Order: sequence, then structure tokens, then C-alpha cells
Amino acid sequence: MFNDTILKEIEGIRSKYPDHKSALLPALYIAQREFGWLSEEAMLSVSKALNMPAALVRGTASFYSMFRHKPMGRNLIQLCTNVSCMILGAERLVDLLQSRYGLLPNETTQDGRFSLVIMECIGACGTAPAMLVNTDFHDNLTEKSIEEVLENYK
Amino acid sequence: MEKVLLKNIDNPNSADVEEYLKIGGYRNLSSALSRSPKEILEEIKKSGLRGRGGAGFPTAMKWNFAVADPKFPKYLICNADEGEPGTFKDRPILERNPHLLIEGMVISGYALGSEHGHIYLRGEYPAARDILDAAIDQAYKKKYLGDDILGKGIKFHLSVHQGAGAYICGEETALIESIEGKKGQPRTKPPFPVNVGAWDMPTIVNNVETLSNVPYIIEIGGEAYSHIGSSDCPGPKLFSVSGCVNKPGVYELPMGTTLRDIIYEYAGGVRSGSQLKAVIPGGISTPVLPANSIDCAMDFVSMPKAGSMLGSGAVIVMDESVCMVKVAYRALKFFEHESCGKCVPCREGTDWLRKVLERVETGKGKVGDIELLSDVAGIMSGRTFCPLGDGAAGVVLGMIKHFRNEFEEHIKNKECKLRTVS
Repeated sequence: MFNDTILKEIEGIRSKYPDHKSALLPALYIAQREFGWLSEEAMLSVSKALNMPAALVRGTASFYSMFRHKPMGRNLIQLCTNVSCMILGAERLVDLLQSRYGLLPNETTQDGRFSLVIMECIGACGTAPAMLVNTDFHDNLTEKSIEEVLENYK
Repeated sequence: MEKVLLKNIDNPNSADVEEYLKIGGYRNLSSALSRSPKEILEEIKKSGLRGRGGAGFPTAMKWNFAVADPKFPKYLICNADEGEPGTFKDRPILERNPHLLIEGMVISGYALGSEHGHIYLRGEYPAARDILDAAIDQAYKKKYLGDDILGKGIKFHLSVHQGAGAYICGEETALIESIEGKKGQPRTKPPFPVNVGAWDMPTIVNNVETLSNVPYIIEIGGEAYSHIGSSDCPGPKLFSVSGCVNKPGVYELPMGTTLRDIIYEYAGGVRSGSQLKAVIPGGISTPVLPANSIDCAMDFVSMPKAGSMLGSGAVIVMDESVCMVKVAYRALKFFEHESCGKCVPCREGTDWLRKVLERVETGKGKVGDIELLSDVAGIMSGRTFCPLGDGAAGVVLGMIKHFRNEFEEHIKNKECKLRTVS
């Protein structure tokens, strides 16, 4: 369950909205930050902190693709393959991640270093193909540059 | 044309309030607060400003509906859930020019009688989150936000609400559901958000770019603004250009600039050694146009006549190396993933369209699949709860209309001959 510091943080967010339920998405982000993913314990912590039914918390959490429902690797690669990235070679990057790191979409490398999620547009179409690693944007990727970039994430 | 929305963004510190003040920032707020809210509404009406999110709804009309509603509080929500694939136009405002957006929101709040603003920011823009938070903090310290703005006793509070990866939340009623802590599924209209919106109160949802136009309208006046670009939907417009062009990027041009000029005059033309094949002019939800149909004015009125839509002004340029069946398949994979599941035509339709497109693209298509795709898309058109399903159907129908031969070849030859090229 959340400690007092986290509960205070959630309380602060609640005060920005006329209704406490509006703090649900922010609280889920906090739970994900604290637990690494939305485990049952993480979601029950949110349910308790906001005094909302657990079913409502689970239902909402499952709707949004940026909430993780299983443990993630140390670094999360969010690679876009939507049309603008696709026509400039994003699929080759997906293939490279598999051949170089044994990494498949929605999976994690055995050493826990990387997880891969295929994205539906990250708003970097002008510098396609692009990805987010954790919260960092990396643009104009090639099979060569993606390897160089990933070397910086251990 | 003088840059309005992208002004100063080449300055590496442009997001800092001091840099914004150096180029005249918040002066328009000060001048707006010396006039009555009614006068501001009148300027917006005269300007002819139309919403930049994709629908092109007249901003003054939306605002007047909300103002006419006697209920308080009223909420002003900035839609920064820029999720339409191909679109990255709001990102430079959010990351480099956040004070322009804040100034626009405070002026708009004053005109609308709203003291509460929220920026619904897509989860995929983590840098923008930090930049907006810092800018809001600065604006509070300088009294551009708070309980006593510029010492005039006017209130406006603003905070950022982060989405979590759901395209549908760009639809305003789904956005409102989401900000209320629910799944982002669109609501039945009416009632419209201007009367019953967030927390059941009158709510005005405007796109980042729309709100960022407001300070400039105050600066030059609605009348002068209405003479920029197309007469029936005036103003500067941001175009996101991506794909097979030499200079992809965000371009600020007068509304009504032709698609040809955007591609060849500004984005440097099609990448060397290849020919233009097709353009998706307004983001992935807008029907494709073939290479010979690009002499159209990019605005809300002209594009439907040209067989597509302005959408978010996201121009995706495709050359001969790109397979149209593959583009359609990838687009439908997107729509299937993003369908909220609320209505049958969209939930089932996007699933079917994706399945059939997948088999055609991978060489397993059957005779009759083109008719099946047309049939399913035709049934979806006009029958989905919100524009997501309609857009998906339009994409498929547009592709078949202009590139039917590619679909036929895939089915006949049982392969995609461009598969290895791109």
C-alpha cells in the first residue's frame, strides 16, 4: 500500500478537481511509478487511496494502453510503426530488435534490460522513424543508430 | 507571413517566461483584461476563427453556446491529446511556446466566464508535461494565473491532466469522460459539452492551436485576422508534413495554401529519385488523394470538395515505393486498436476491415475481398457513434476508389510486390 508521502501527493492532485474520481488517471500513473507496473496490489492501493471500487479502478486502467499490466524491463522502448514511421522503415527496426536483442513486441529481454511496446503514433512523424526510450525521444532512427542509442540504456 | 504560432521557437529558451515577455508576451492578456468579455467574444466572432482540432467548428459559436448557459462554474479544457497519426503540430507550441497557449487560455477563460482550465495532454508527450508544468508555475508567480490576475481581481486556474494512450480521448466527450476518471468512451450528444460537459457543467473544449490563435486576434483585431488566408476559414494554420519528402516538419502557413505548395514549395518536394504517388492530407483518418489531386486549397471548405478533409492538417506524403494496401492495413490496425468498443459498427467493422486487409496484404486475399471491404466500410459509414469508425471506413473506401488496381494485383498475384521495397 502507499506510504504517507504518496498519499499526500495523491491528496494534492485530488484538490485540483471538483470530483475525487478525476484523480484516478494521475493516481494510476503514481502507482505505476511506485510499483513499476499495475499489479493487483498497485490497483488496490489506488482504490483505497481514492475510496473508489476496485472494479472501477481495474476497468479504467485496462482501457488505456500506457498502463502496464505486467512487470516491465529496466528500460521501456516505445517504438512507433504507424504510417509515417512505417513508410520510412520502422518495421526494419522491429526486426532488428528481435535479431539483435531477441526482443519481441509486448515482451521483455531475458536480462530484464528492455521491454518493447509498439506505439500508435508518438507525434514525431517529421523525424520518423522514432521511439521513446523511457521518457526520451529518439528520432530519425536507422538500424545503425538505434543500436547506438540503446547502448546508453543499461 | 509573420509567424504567430511558431514565433520565437528557434530560440532555445523560448519556453521561459522571460523570453516570452521579451517578444511582447502577455501584453495581449493585459489589453484583453482592459476590455469587457463581451468585446473579446465579438473579436473572436469577427475573426472567423474555426477549431483547429479537425472538425473546423466556428469557435465563437461554441463559445457563445457556453456563455449563454446560466450554469457556473464553466470549464475550459485545452485538447492537447494530439493523437491523429501524422500530426505533430501542437508539439512545438507545447514544448517551445507554452506561454502562448497559457496566455490564450487565460484570455479565453476571461471571455467565457471560466475560472478553471485544464490541459488534457497526451501521455506520449512526457517532455511537454514538464515544460507545461514549469511554465504554469512561472505564470502563477508572475500573476498571469491565480486569484488576482494582473491585479485586476480576475481568477483563472490551470493544471495539466495527462492522458494515458487512447486516441479516442481526442474526441471531446471521450476526453471529458477521461478527465472524470473513466474509460474514454464518447457520450451521447445532445446534451453538448457546452451545456453539460465536465462534472456536468458547461465545458468548452478547444484544440491547442485554436487557443494559441487567441492572443494574436486580440493583438491585430478580429477584422484584420479574418483577412489572413481563406476567407471562410481564416488565419494561420500549422501543417505537419511527414513521409517521403525532403524537408519534413511543421510549417505555419496561411489557411488555404495548396497541398502542392505545402509539399513542393515548403517541404522540399518528394525525396530524390522518386515520384509522388499519393497524399493523406489531414491525418490518417482523412481519405487519401492521388498524385494528380494536389492542387486543392488546404482549408475546411475546399478539402471536402477535393474528396478528402483538412482534418488536423497532417500531410503524409507517399512515393512510388509505398504500397497502398499496406498503408490501408496499417491504418486499420490502428483504428482497430483504438476503437473504444462502445458501438457495434466500429467495434466489429474495424476488426473485419483489418482482418481482410491483412490477408490481402500478405497474399492470402480472396476474390471478392474488395467487394467485402467496400460492403463493410459502406455499412459503417454514417452509422458509428463517433467519427472514429467513420474515419476508418472512409480510409478504406478512399484507398479502393483511387488504388483499386493495387488491391486487385495483390489478390491475383498472391503477394505484395512492394513488400520489400519500403
